[in-house]
Amino acid sequence: MADTAELPVRRRREGGLIRTFRRAPLVPAAIMMVMATMAAGAGVLAPHSPVAIRMDLALKPPSFVEGGEPGYFLGTDPLGRDILSRLMHGARASLLVAGLSIGFATVVGTGLGLLAGYSGGSADILIMRAVDVVLTFPVILLALIFVVTIGPSVWVVTAILALVLWSRFARLVRGEVLSWKEREFVTYARATGASPLRIVVVHLLPNITNSIVVLATLQVGFAIVVEASLSFLGAGIPPPAPSWGGMIASGRAYLETAWWLVVFPALAVALTVLSFNLFGDWLRDTLDPTLRQL
Amino acid sequence: MARQIGMSVVQALVTLWITTVVIFLLVRITGSPVDVILPQTATSEQREATIKRLGLDRPLAYQYWLYLSRLLQGDLGRSYTLNADIGPLLRDHFWNTFRLASAAMAVGVTLAVPLGVLASVSRGGPLDKLASIIALGGMSLPSFITGILAILVFGVWLGWLPIYGAGSWKHFVLPAVTLGWFNSAGILRLLRSGMLDVLGSEYVKVARAKGLAESSVLWKHALRNAALPALTFLGFSYGILLAGAITTEVVFAWPGLGTLASDSVARRDFPIIQAVTLLTSATIIVINLSVDVVYAMLDPRIRR
Repeated sequence: MADTAELPVRRRREGGLIRTFRRAPLVPAAIMMVMATMAAGAGVLAPHSPVAIRMDLALKPPSFVEGGEPGYFLGTDPLGRDILSRLMHGARASLLVAGLSIGFATVVGTGLGLLAGYSGGSADILIMRAVDVVLTFPVILLALIFVVTIGPSVWVVTAILALVLWSRFARLVRGEVLSWKEREFVTYARATGASPLRIVVVHLLPNITNSIVVLATLQVGFAIVVEASLSFLGAGIPPPAPSWGGMIASGRAYLETAWWLVVFPALAVALTVLSFNLFGDWLRDTLDPTLRQL
Repeated sequence: MARQIGMSVVQALVTLWITTVVIFLLVRITGSPVDVILPQTATSEQREATIKRLGLDRPLAYQYWLYLSRLLQGDLGRSYTLNADIGPLLRDHFWNTFRLASAAMAVGVTLAVPLGVLASVSRGGPLDKLASIIALGGMSLPSFITGILAILVFGVWLGWLPIYGAGSWKHFVLPAVTLGWFNSAGILRLLRSGMLDVLGSEYVKVARAKGLAESSVLWKHALRNAALPALTFLGFSYGILLAGAITTEVVFAWPGLGTLASDSVARRDFPIIQAVTLLTSATIIVINLSVDVVYAMLDPRIRR
């Protein structure tokens, strides 16, 4: 058979998974681990309550700076709340929103992309038209409308992100399906009487999984940025619950006297997003070098 | 080509129309518009009057028709918190946003074009590395984060530049540079990969073989052909700048559309947000349309 190279569904790399991940970019991976640990263990790891008000400790600089309060490593805000503890709980909120919205968008977007790509016809036209409309919508403004009409909450932010993100997955998956579905192994499967559902799930989906994983990783940064932007505008996670964007917004008024209010949450957003993007780039180059467009 | 442009125009109009429907329905789905339009302290007589005035007791289709016909006559409604017509308000803020977006665009192009071309020539060299770091930073870091850190360093600590507001040219520097950096990232990446493709092509070899100066080969022959994807991106990102610079405008207290939208959220001034959303969607659609048209004129391959 001429096309044996096409037959195996999964490409095996030499040395397997562990050797592949040994070459992962170390610093971004470490930062991602730290953020994930902070997010998962915020309840246990945080030295103070993120919302406990201590007016006697208001606006203390970080403990490593002159005048700092021991036990408050990154200082306190105007209400005497511990910045480090708020950062940790903010990480939990950010990653929760990112994870939930991307999870939902992956499932829905992949499903619709498979449908559009494999069935073609009117379903394809309808789905892709919807993708085009969603892609031209200004995300932040859309979110502002929802927030004014419904009110800010974690769920509104998550829903809006999911609403925007599914289109990116649908477009990617559709394109991949189009490039795979004319291959011979699909034709053979069809000839042996496999149902469309079986062809899509068993024969096409495994070949697309890598691209989906890469796209999902690259979207984490985007999701975190949108969440932080909305919280910064007062349209994201409602105070007093801590969020990185909200901390930056409330610290802005104290920029000239208390730099630590803004610098640490800003660095948290910057480092997390940079890490996820660097890691995503590496993942793309490793798993799927053809995905240059992402 | 005329037929293609006509198709694009029709598509753009359809998208714009869908946008008006979505915005119209959003308020109706999520509750009574009266609750959104009137402050919470409104009396029941005021509610009755508003329902009458807005025709909310009429069928939904009629209400939409009313909304659309007023819109087509240029009537964007009144803000209830500012006690002003939205039209002139929108025009002033749009002008400020437009000036900032154009400045950011200029910064982005000035940074990205030389760097993108030179990076492609010295592939893997120090300049290429610098370019990829700038591109990665620009793509990853949201402008309001780099903006607020820049305000802290250059405004508060060094005292070189004003920290917020608009007025002199000095007020432009920080917001234009932070937005321009974000903007340059995409141009840089596209230009670099475009140049790498073009530099290996036959006609560049011919241009070199016939003894043209290397600078002429690079900046005239190669750049002209490599620039097309970057040019498309430039158009799209101009639309994004006009629409999506909300957080950056807020950080710098720049009196543009973004600040207007954000302030209106705080005051729950729904008519303004509705108008801003429609205006920015329309701007994006118009710019995308012009990009399509320009692209069709520049690239003979898609000219039919």
